[in-house]
Amino acid sequence: MRVVFEKRKFMSRRALIFVPVVSFIISLFLTGILLLIFRTNPLKTYAGMFAGAFGSWSNFTETLVKAIPLMLTGLGVSIAFRLRFWNIGAEGQLTFGGVAAAWVALFWSSWLPAPLLLPVAIIVGALAGALWAGIPAGLKVGLGVDETLTTLMLNYVAILFSEGLYYGPWRDPKGFGFPGTRMFPEAAWLPRFSGRAHAGLWFAIIIGLLLWVVMNRTRWGFELKMIGKNQKAARCLGVGIGKNILLALLLSGALSGLAGACEVTAISHRLQQGLSIGYGYTAIIVAWLSQLNPIASLFVGLLMAALLVGGDQVQMTMGLPSAMGLVLQGMILFPMLAGSLFTEYRLKVIKPEKEGV
Amino acid sequence: MILLITSILAITLRAGTSLVYATIGEIYTERSGILNLGIEGMMLMGAVTAFSVSYHTGNLFLAVFAAMGVGALLAALHAFLSITMRANQVVSGLSITIFGSGFASFLGQRLGPESNGYYLAGLVAPRFHSVAIPGLSRLPIIGAVFDQDLLTYVVFLLIPVAWFFLYKTRYGLNLRAVGENPQTADAMGVNVSKIRYVYTVLGGMLVGLGGAHLSLSYTPGWTENITGGRGWIVIALVIFSMWNPGRAILGAIIFGGINAVQFRLQASGTTIPAAYLNMAPYLATVIVLVVMTWWETHNRKVGSPAALGVSYMREDK
Repeated sequence: MRVVFEKRKFMSRRALIFVPVVSFIISLFLTGILLLIFRTNPLKTYAGMFAGAFGSWSNFTETLVKAIPLMLTGLGVSIAFRLRFWNIGAEGQLTFGGVAAAWVALFWSSWLPAPLLLPVAIIVGALAGALWAGIPAGLKVGLGVDETLTTLMLNYVAILFSEGLYYGPWRDPKGFGFPGTRMFPEAAWLPRFSGRAHAGLWFAIIIGLLLWVVMNRTRWGFELKMIGKNQKAARCLGVGIGKNILLALLLSGALSGLAGACEVTAISHRLQQGLSIGYGYTAIIVAWLSQLNPIASLFVGLLMAALLVGGDQVQMTMGLPSAMGLVLQGMILFPMLAGSLFTEYRLKVIKPEKEGV
Repeated sequence: MILLITSILAITLRAGTSLVYATIGEIYTERSGILNLGIEGMMLMGAVTAFSVSYHTGNLFLAVFAAMGVGALLAALHAFLSITMRANQVVSGLSITIFGSGFASFLGQRLGPESNGYYLAGLVAPRFHSVAIPGLSRLPIIGAVFDQDLLTYVVFLLIPVAWFFLYKTRYGLNLRAVGENPQTADAMGVNVSKIRYVYTVLGGMLVGLGGAHLSLSYTPGWTENITGGRGWIVIALVIFSMWNPGRAILGAIIFGGINAVQFRLQASGTTIPAAYLNMAPYLATVIVLVVMTWWETHNRKVGSPAALGVSYMREDK
């Protein structure tokens, strides 16, 4: 008996929904085994994580706080992935967006009317994210430079650039050596609606819905889909590939930049260490797990945030390393990746007598 | 001045060792057509494993083998996902990095002794010490080359061996063929999947060994994020060396040198902030990539395996 993969004629819709759900269950199971090895009760751990993320309204607002940047960057990364452009630079785009928003908030308040300060800071942040994604996109479209590495390297450049600023010229002179800028004027604070949960959530939800419409109901969305599936066919049909990749990547970076702008204006109110705790990398999981569906990205973003917050919580209550959340995230991806094959292929068992030598 | 050069050379070699191991490993993997972006996670796992084994058994060689084993296991997972299951290699590699860095930090807080709250951080374990080669280590300027730890000496030997294997043996020829043109290699009777599995796993072993060098020699001990982005530098070094193990040393010396010079500059109280100096390797990578891509499109092939990152499926022909 022999088992082979046979290409399906159509993508399996059932597998598209089935695979992420089954992956999640498998990963809980495998991580459970790991926990057992370290003599930790997996059911208690998962219950602790769930309670930590959703157990009370105040816990839930913390989950939202982490979900907002994940939703925005996840949406951004999905746009690029649709074109098979491997943007793994959301981390840097987010950071650069945060730096630009901080620049507006700190230095433009003297001449910009107060009511304009926040909207301008957020817009400039998004533009900066777009610029940061535009560099690798331009290099790819113009010269054919591989984007996986350029986007990745620019993450480090952006993070070090921001470090150079808040340790150097932007450092708060009254900060008693604290590495960070001074506080933004209150006019540049993004309003919070409960706990630390802030208006960025509305941005994420509105953008998610809009993107769903754009991707599924407009000509542009259709063109992007085509470029991702088959560049040659798209070119034959007169779709401008370079221009579209560039535009899509600017949009992709803008969403991450927006996420960074929201983080500094709503959460820290200054530029400081730890602006991004790997949101840009988790965004890749969000995009992948949601199968690039913008509405699914919102829910997956929330789920990933719950893992992060839950991981932090079991660290406090059960003395487990907070990296638990990260381990679970990685674990979800493995079965998911293995399972992605089943959307395009099906297993076919060939019995020996039928093989006909 | 001579003292300065000597000390920079010494730091460069020490910093370069783990990079060279991982770079040669990744060169083998990429030569077979598999892109592994999981190096950062695999190095972290190698480092935490090596340190923990060294702490608990006191046996350095066991520690090194354990780290290689862990690297091989993670690489085998990547191979299974990207070869058998034809998963996207970029995403598979990244998930190995995410899982590896998470799990390494988990282990770092679980594998220590009870007395230390199960933490590995802050403990001291047997480590590789420098072994000066009598006579040679007293040479002016280059003496530092002959006052290194065992793993660094091994890496000196590994570079020519790896080069010879790739370019002068039948195995190397098959490997290159699989990365360049799997269809043809398959037609010639080479088992594409098998070769990809073998070299992905071999690459993982060397990456794990690179991680072990960090926690057993370069910065002995376990700290969170002990690799500090070296895994990504390795991916850049592979390009920089144009997939040739012979050139891996060059890249490592330059990148290690940037580190060393910056270390000296900071010690001498420069006004350039450390953050901007730290950017150098990442910016250099982008520039190298741009120049090489330009070169490849306008002149001749640079040497990247043609089938890199593309999964091969016989039935799809």
